Amino acid sequence: MAGAYYVPEQSKLPIAATLASSIMMIGAGIWVVDNGQGNVYTSGPTIFAAGLVAVLAVMYVWFSTVVKEHQAGMNNAQLQRSYVWGMGWFIFSEVMFFAAFFGALFYVRNFSIPWLGGEGEKGVTNMLWQGFEATWPLMQTPSQALEASTGIAAANTVRGPGEIIPWSGLPLINTILLLSSSVTVHFAHSALKAGNDKGMSRWLAATVILGFVFVGFQAEEYVLAYTELGLTLETGVYGATFFMLTGFHGLHVCIGAIMLSIMWLRHRKGHFQPKDHFGFEAASWYWHFVDVVWVGLFLFVYIL
Amino acid sequence: MSAVIDTHGHEDHGPKRGFMRWVTTTNHKDIGAMYLWFSLAMFFVGGLFALIIRSELFQPGLQIVEPEFFNQMTTMHGLIMVFGAVMPAFVGLANWLIPVMIGGPDMALPRLNNWSFWLLPFSFTILLSTMFMEGGGPNYGWTFYAPLSTSYAPPSVTFFIFAMHLMGVSSILGSINIIATIFNMRAPGMTLMKMPMFVWSWLITSYLLVAVIPVLAGVITMMLMDINFGTSFFDAAGGGDPVLFQHVFWFFGHPEVYIMILPAFGIVSHIIPAFARKPLFGYSSMVYATSSIAFLSFIVWAHHMFTVGIPLVGELFFMYATMLIAVPTGVKVFNWITTMFRGSMTFETPMLFALAFVVLFTIGGFSGLMLAIAPADFQYHDTYFVVAHFHYVLVPGAIFAIFAAMYYWLPKMTGNMYPEWLGKLHFWLSFVGMNLTFFPMHFIGLAGMPRRIPDYNMQFADFNMVASVGAFAFGFTQLLFLAIVIITIRGGKKAEAKSWEGAEGLEWSLPSPAPYHTFATPPEVK
Ligand code: HEM
Ligand SMILES: [Cu+2]
Repeated sequence: MAGAYYVPEQSKLPIAATLASSIMMIGAGIWVVDNGQGNVYTSGPTIFAAGLVAVLAVMYVWFSTVVKEHQAGMNNAQLQRSYVWGMGWFIFSEVMFFAAFFGALFYVRNFSIPWLGGEGEKGVTNMLWQGFEATWPLMQTPSQALEASTGIAAANTVRGPGEIIPWSGLPLINTILLLSSSVTVHFAHSALKAGNDKGMSRWLAATVILGFVFVGFQAEEYVLAYTELGLTLETGVYGATFFMLTGFHGLHVCIGAIMLSIMWLRHRKGHFQPKDHFGFEAASWYWHFVDVVWVGLFLFVYIL
Repeated sequence: MSAVIDTHGHEDHGPKRGFMRWVTTTNHKDIGAMYLWFSLAMFFVGGLFALIIRSELFQPGLQIVEPEFFNQMTTMHGLIMVFGAVMPAFVGLANWLIPVMIGGPDMALPRLNNWSFWLLPFSFTILLSTMFMEGGGPNYGWTFYAPLSTSYAPPSVTFFIFAMHLMGVSSILGSINIIATIFNMRAPGMTLMKMPMFVWSWLITSYLLVAVIPVLAGVITMMLMDINFGTSFFDAAGGGDPVLFQHVFWFFGHPEVYIMILPAFGIVSHIIPAFARKPLFGYSSMVYATSSIAFLSFIVWAHHMFTVGIPLVGELFFMYATMLIAVPTGVKVFNWITTMFRGSMTFETPMLFALAFVVLFTIGGFSGLMLAIAPADFQYHDTYFVVAHFHYVLVPGAIFAIFAAMYYWLPKMTGNMYPEWLGKLHFWLSFVGMNLTFFPMHFIGLAGMPRRIPDYNMQFADFNMVASVGAFAFGFTQLLFLAIVIITIRGGKKAEAKSWEGAEGLEWSLPSPAPYHTFATPPEVK
């Protein structure tokens, strides 16, 4: 359609987004720094919360603007393709974010821990950590081993986890939940494309429920880890990689589930047509991505 | 916040006036201009820090600043120049030029574009404010190696991390926008292999950005956790490894240096043909060379870590992979030179900067090759030789290309020709100042002067003095650039639509200055 380029007029949304996200970041900074200095009377949480609320509000307004523009017929095919590209590469950037943490896990397991344990080409480092043996999961940290074998305490001794979470319990259930949710969201999509509104609603609701149940189990797992297993963020590099990978994944499940819930509401309001439903499609891509990350987690964090 | 379908020509009415125009604008030319001004401002701030460093190093001994403050200066100079000056300048040029070059009406996602820009002033305000915090600002080098940036860092490091996160969001959104624009907004008939080289180079750069900025976000998140939440990513006591930091950082860091040079390659590939009045030699080989450089840049990161203790196979792999990059880079240099061969050349300011780029960037490439030789790097690493290397690729490389671009497209942006003699003066003063500053660093580096240290042995005194004189000359010359830009905006000889005799491309089919909205209807590209 030549000549029908879409050019939005000036907008206050981006500057609002900038202000909100900056306030959120500054709040987080103040909070964390004060916390580190043992300062309990910190303005950080308040500023952070204000920023967060503002971010959510801006997102709400921004997305509803986009939806309204779309319904008013302002979004031509070209702009819609831009949204498709945008979402696709946004997900790719998220993949790379997880790749950094998976890479760290790979590196400590295959290189640095064996070296610390005296194996391999850089095994000479073991000199500094006598008595340390490379194992994964890393139940005894190098500093613990040093203390146990020589009585010398390292400058900062880091304790390893007491126990770890076996893959065959909650993680296995969670895998099944999340994999089925990928299937249900696909069914929802098929139903939508077939014009089956009821099917769409039901399958999507099922997906969201599966997602939130997953998050619930994940929370239960964390409580268990902290209260009974002695597995925390601070228990060496096992705890660090475990919680950072599963934590960021959990956060993404939450975001994805919220996105899908909104899509459920939007569907109820009649926003989607069998051939026109990119908002839903984007959310479902995101959901599949979260699912794939989980498969990686289940394999490399829990099983192997 | 209304949106319109732009079916009528917008050329007739301009933007709203006043400050809010700039805050709320969704126009790619406005946003491009803001990026460029922001970059220039940061260039001066970073330059000021550099001059503080060079003042201290004018003579051996400690005289002007405390070592602690010196560390903050080297760190902030690097961070500001990389993230505040060079990258935003290229993004600014991308914003201004890409839609015009591909015959599109604007960027694909204009509101997002505005957000990408405005995040920057905020994040840099946070970053600069850390210098006034208790314990001072970042003092761990622009590469912020752990544990210097974790266990031994001032408390402000947390704000540094959050500032970098905001910058990262800006870069990711910006590059997604550029990808969407290039794939989606091209005029009919503009196939990929007809795209101008600047557009190609930015397409590839955007991929590098979306791939590695999240990795930077990952590594600073690990730092944040190590510092504040007791994790042991970079702490061997808990099974982690400080070298892990370097791997993750340089996985981002090496592609990052190419993010700062690929758009420069693109710019030079416009300017040399224009002033040699010949089409670019080997267009498709340029495209493939740029793509291979981008690909290879992912598998060479550990050439920054030769001395840190990586296994022998690693040393060898990263050495050979790094040297491999010289091949596509050589292709590019060959093509630029061949473009000039038997051309009818003239030497206006953009061309002077572009020629200096080809010669001096190549010197930087050669010192890079020397550094890539792992056993030799044991001698060179962390000396001024490395400083000489990367300043040769970044100053006459990235920054000269930015100047070349500004002189080349300023007539299109402002509608006026800049005063040619002032442009030439700017070039020659920059050229002399820059070589005076950085060439001696090769010698003191080879002789063993370590980088990032405020004091040095007497034997290095003469060359350091020369470098400091050069730095002041180069630094103050840049005020001339500011003056030229202002003069050109305010008036001067009117520029024609096709401001340069040999210029090719859609942007020259538009009047100068280009109207506020261009290509409301797509042009036909044959
Ligand atoms: C022919 C291509 C190149 C080769 C072979 C090369 C090689 C190297 C090597 C081996 C180092 C590490 C030296 C050391 O720390 O001991 C290095 C450092 C560096 N290079 Fe290059 N390089 C090349 C091109 C570039 C380009 C195009 C840029 C940027 C535009 C660049 C920017 C840098 C920077 C910033 C550093 C120093 C990082 C730091 O430690 O602060 N290089 N280069
Ligand atoms: Cu490199």
